[in-house]
Amino acid sequence: MAKVLVVTSGKGGVGKTTSAAAIGAALAQAGQNVAVVDFDVGLRNLDLIMGAERRVVYDLVNVVQGDAKLAQALIRDKRVDTLSLLPASQTRDKDALTPEGVERVIGELREKFDWVVCDSPAGIERGATLAMRHADVAVVVTNPEVSSVRDSDRIIGMLDSKTARAEAGERIDKHLLLTRYDAGRAARGEMLKVEDVLEILAIPLLGIIPDSEDVLRASNLGCPVTLHNPLSAPARAYAEAVRRLLGEAIEVTMPMERKGLMSRLFGRKVA
Amino acid sequence: MSIFSFFARPRSAPVARERLQLLLAHERALNGRSDLAAILQEEILAVIARHIAIDRDKVNVKLDRGSSVSTLEIDIEMPASVTPLKN
Repeated sequence: MAKVLVVTSGKGGVGKTTSAAAIGAALAQAGQNVAVVDFDVGLRNLDLIMGAERRVVYDLVNVVQGDAKLAQALIRDKRVDTLSLLPASQTRDKDALTPEGVERVIGELREKFDWVVCDSPAGIERGATLAMRHADVAVVVTNPEVSSVRDSDRIIGMLDSKTARAEAGERIDKHLLLTRYDAGRAARGEMLKVEDVLEILAIPLLGIIPDSEDVLRASNLGCPVTLHNPLSAPARAYAEAVRRLLGEAIEVTMPMERKGLMSRLFGRKVA
Repeated sequence: MSIFSFFARPRSAPVARERLQLLLAHERALNGRSDLAAILQEEILAVIARHIAIDRDKVNVKLDRGSSVSTLEIDIEMPASVTPLKN
């Protein structure tokens, strides 16, 4: 049975696209057949993070409006052959997506793939509501910071009321993915702790992604972090999160950077 | 600035946590319904406007949401010569 997963947050810039790419790639690396879908019409970026920006011909809007077949628009990843990307349109706006068209495309994707990972745009408008509309599973990406936590709370409320599953009286699986986490600053009382965010948002924890230079390096190169450097702390954290999505009951750990003596002594600026 | 102030940096995370808990308790209670304080404000002003002409620019509304008690303060400047509106 195919699963539709939405990566959402409300607030922008918290790591939705990075997480959608990393989760999609990690699922594919685990042998699943995966499509990642960019719902950020007008501001597409998933193609760039996945390193497929020069291969985009057709996009989600073309497929939704019937101008292209789904198979024509899907871009097969060159590194993992079970991973495909359906890019967003860069020239249209979010009103180009119709609820009926999105429902049809998600239905077609369900037939072809094991996982459909939808990268939601920021905000609570049409694009975000359509991205979550058909989800079975939601990954709520949150930074340990007040505005991000508040917006996540709002999005959780929408997941429980505005999705197809919620309207049919069914449950939608919601998971918290805490990104840009700095364990040192949290321990010093400078940043909300994992437990603080969990207590406030009250949804189960999928993973903790440490704030890391590897994430920017991977996006510079157009490669999901789990493919670029599988041994890096954020890649291990995403891989663990994906094992949990696949049903493994493993404890959430906080993967640490492997620091050399100099950076241990003088902090990350040295490295 | 003493050298000790470096070690005694204020812990801001507990403040963030408390502010969020208080705010979200209110926002969740709303859950789609419009804010009670906003409704009260509109209705109170409508009642007063039935009797005297009020200048909307001279209405000052303050709201303080607390954990157990919230206060709504409406300060209306009345014209020097209050002339009741004729029906």
